[in-house]
Amino acid sequence: MSPTHAARAFTAIVTREFLRFVQQKERFFAALVRPLIWLVVFAAGFRATLGLSIIPPYQTYISYDVYVVPGLIGMIQIFNGMQSSLSMVYDREMGSMRVLLSTPLPRWFVLFSRMLAATFVSIVQIYAFVAIALALGTDVPLEGLLPMLPVLVLTGLTLSAIGMFLSSWIRQLENFAGIMNFVIFPMFFISSALYPLWRVKESSLWLFHACQWNPFTYIVEAIRFAMYGQVNAEALAVVAGTLAVFGAAAVAGYTPARGGPAAGRASSAR
Amino acid sequence: MDDIAMRAPLAVDGLSYAYGRKRALDHVSFSLAPARVTALLGPNGAGKTTLFSLVTGLFDSRTGRIRIAGHDLRRERSRALSDLGIVFQAQTLDLDLTVERNLRYFAALRGLSEREARKRIAALLEQVGLTEQRRHKVRSLSGGQRRRVEVARALLDRPGLLLLDEPSTGLDIATRRWLVDEVHRLAHEDGIAVLWATHLVDEVRAHDDLIVLEKGKVVARGEVERVVHDTRANDLNEAFTRLTSARAEEHL
Repeated sequence: MSPTHAARAFTAIVTREFLRFVQQKERFFAALVRPLIWLVVFAAGFRATLGLSIIPPYQTYISYDVYVVPGLIGMIQIFNGMQSSLSMVYDREMGSMRVLLSTPLPRWFVLFSRMLAATFVSIVQIYAFVAIALALGTDVPLEGLLPMLPVLVLTGLTLSAIGMFLSSWIRQLENFAGIMNFVIFPMFFISSALYPLWRVKESSLWLFHACQWNPFTYIVEAIRFAMYGQVNAEALAVVAGTLAVFGAAAVAGYTPARGGPAAGRASSAR
Repeated sequence: MDDIAMRAPLAVDGLSYAYGRKRALDHVSFSLAPARVTALLGPNGAGKTTLFSLVTGLFDSRTGRIRIAGHDLRRERSRALSDLGIVFQAQTLDLDLTVERNLRYFAALRGLSEREARKRIAALLEQVGLTEQRRHKVRSLSGGQRRRVEVARALLDRPGLLLLDEPSTGLDIATRRWLVDEVHRLAHEDGIAVLWATHLVDEVRAHDDLIVLEKGKVVARGEVERVVHDTRANDLNEAFTRLTSARAEEHL
C-alpha cells in the first residue's frame, strides 16, 4: 500500500463516517442532550450538596458543574466509541464490512482508520457541547481548549478500540446493544467522572479500588488536566497502555478465522 | 501446483476449511483460465460461500494455498487482492449514500485518484445503464439496479479476476439475463476470468468451464460439455443431479 493509496483510503473512511453522522441528526442531538442533562439537571442538584476541595489540576474552589465537564466529555466519547462499534456490527451483518475487509488494505489500517474517524466525530460533538456549556455559564477554561485536542484524540482512540474489540466478539446487533449497557454504565459510574476519588474513598473503599482499576477514570483525568493546560503523566500512560492492549486485541479479533477442528469460533466476518 | 496454475488468474490447491468440527471444504483444487467464465455449481451448503470467503481473504485456511494472478494470498495479501473484483451474495452497498458516492468511496479504498475514479464511474454507470440514477440514494433503487451498481463497483479497478457469489439471488428474469450476458461479454471482450457461484443450472452456458462442488469436495471439473459427456447424461441438469445425488447416496 503506497502512502497515496493510504491517504485516499483514510480520507474515504473518515468522510463516510462524517456523512453518516450528518445524516443521522438524532445521533448528534442525543450526543449533546445526554451530557447537557447531566450538566443542567444533575449538576444543579449536586452543587448544593457536594462540597469540592481544591484538588489538582484545580487551583481554587470550583463548582460541581465545572468538575463534571471532563467526565461528560468522556461520556460523549464513550457513547461515540460504542456507537461506532455498533455500526461495525451493523456493517458486518449487512455485508458492507466484507467489502472493506476484502480490499487490499491491511486490516490494522482499516480498523485504525475507522477508530480515528469515530474519534474525529466525537471531537466535533465535544466542542459543540463545550460551547453550549460556556453559553450556560459553566466556567470552562478557554485556554485549555486547544491543548485538550491531542488528549481527546488519544482518549477517543482508546474508547473506540475498546468498542472495536467488543464488536469483534459479538455476532449479532441485538447482543451488542445489551453489552453496551454492561460496559458503558459501569465504566462511567465507577470512575472519577461524577465524583472525585477522595470522595468515593470516603464512602466505599472497594468502590475506590474499582475506580482505580477502571481505564475510564484515567481517560477523564487526562482530559481534566489537559483542560487546565497540565499533563497527568500517569493518566496518559494508562490510557496509552489501554489503547495498545485493546487496539491489538481488536486487530486480533478481526483477523480471519483459520477454521479447523481446533478453531473455537467459526469466523470473524460471518 | 504447476507453472500454468501458478500464473492463472486464480489457482486453488488442496484447500480445506472447517467450522469447528464440521468440514466445509475438503482438499479443493482447481485453477481458472483467463477470459473464461467458470461456473462454480453446487447445491446449497456445498461450500461455495466458504470458498469465496477464503478467496476474498475474509477467512484463512490452515491447509491449502490460494494464488491470485500468481500472488500467494497469505504471503502477498495486498497484491493478490488488488487483482480481484467481487460481487457478494448479500447486497453490500451503503443504502444512505448515492450511487456515485458509493462508487467513489470504493474507488478511494482501492487507491484510485479522484480523476481516474470520476472517469471510471462515468464509463461503468453508462455500461450498466445507471447514468441517470447516479445521484439517487441506493435505498431508492430496485434490487436489480443495486446489483448493477455492485457489478460496476467490482469492475472499478479493472480486475483480472471477477468473483460473483450467487449474484442472481432475488433478481427478476430480465436482470438475470443481463447479468449473465454482461459477465460473458466481460470475459470475452475484456479478458477477465470469471468465477460465478450458483446453484442454478440454467445460468451456466454450454461453452463455460465448470466446477461442481458437493459437500465441500470437487466432484467434477472441466468444460460443461465434457462434464455432461463424462457423466453420461443428456444435459447439465441431469449431470448435476447425478453428480450430487451420487454423493448424497455415498453418505447414506
